[in-house]
Amino acid sequence: MRAPRENASWIRDLRAGGPVQAEAITDLRGLLLRGLAKSFQARGATDQAFVEDVVQQALVHILDHLDQFQGRSRFTTWAMAIAVRLAMSALRRKRWQDVSLESLTTPIEGAPAWDSDDTTSPAQHAEQHALVETLNRLVDEALTEKQWLALTAELGGMPLEEIARRMGSNVNAVYKLLHDARQRLKHGLATAGYTAEDVRSAFP
Amino acid sequence: MALRPEQAKALIAKVLDTRAQEMTCDECVADLAAFVEVQLTGKPLSAALPAVHAHLEQCHDCADEYHILRQALTALAEEEG
Repeated sequence: MRAPRENASWIRDLRAGGPVQAEAITDLRGLLLRGLAKSFQARGATDQAFVEDVVQQALVHILDHLDQFQGRSRFTTWAMAIAVRLAMSALRRKRWQDVSLESLTTPIEGAPAWDSDDTTSPAQHAEQHALVETLNRLVDEALTEKQWLALTAELGGMPLEEIARRMGSNVNAVYKLLHDARQRLKHGLATAGYTAEDVRSAFP
Repeated sequence: MALRPEQAKALIAKVLDTRAQEMTCDECVADLAAFVEVQLTGKPLSAALPAVHAHLEQCHDCADEYHILRQALTALAEEEG
């Protein structure tokens, strides 16, 4: 049994061509297959054919992007991260394909009922109610329509990648949109007199 | 427009954890492999990696990928004995 390859050996062998490259690809393929199969098996999420398809796509991507490996981790960890990303992307698309943005972002008209749990004191309930009212006012006043859509879709559980697809955008842009929205709300809460401690005390 | 109560509660937690500077998903992905290795080996976090941790607190997509990656690497490590 050969010793595990170091990072430089992986890169060298995967670029070598011929039987050396073929052997490295076979080794990497085996490793990605075993890692992904076990992690997805643990979640009961998917089948072997799906894993094999993803690993094939990952190998193509990895071979095309070897120059992007910066050596900040083991090569195999970097490669596995790529395979995981491709797998998750495919699963998200399948899981959310029939869910529209509108189904998650339709606003409630008027004030929603705010039910605290049984352990909440009347004073804390009042604090929560006031805080949520302020938050709703800030959402109305401070957020753009796009921010409202992205934020409520995210709160509804839709992955950023799927929100981006529906908005004709990309995940980085959607993340920045959401970050800006959260910053506006945080600033708005502070301006309304809420400290972080106030908020944590209302929602411990 | 009004948020549903469960949305408001989740949003409050996210707003509280918001930082002035946060990395994007691509920046997080670039550091995710190193971050998982640090987590698995218990090595001290470098200056850059707390930003990954903060991003994972806000981004479900990247957090999911982190957990799957961590599970895959753990499974391979157990296999190697």
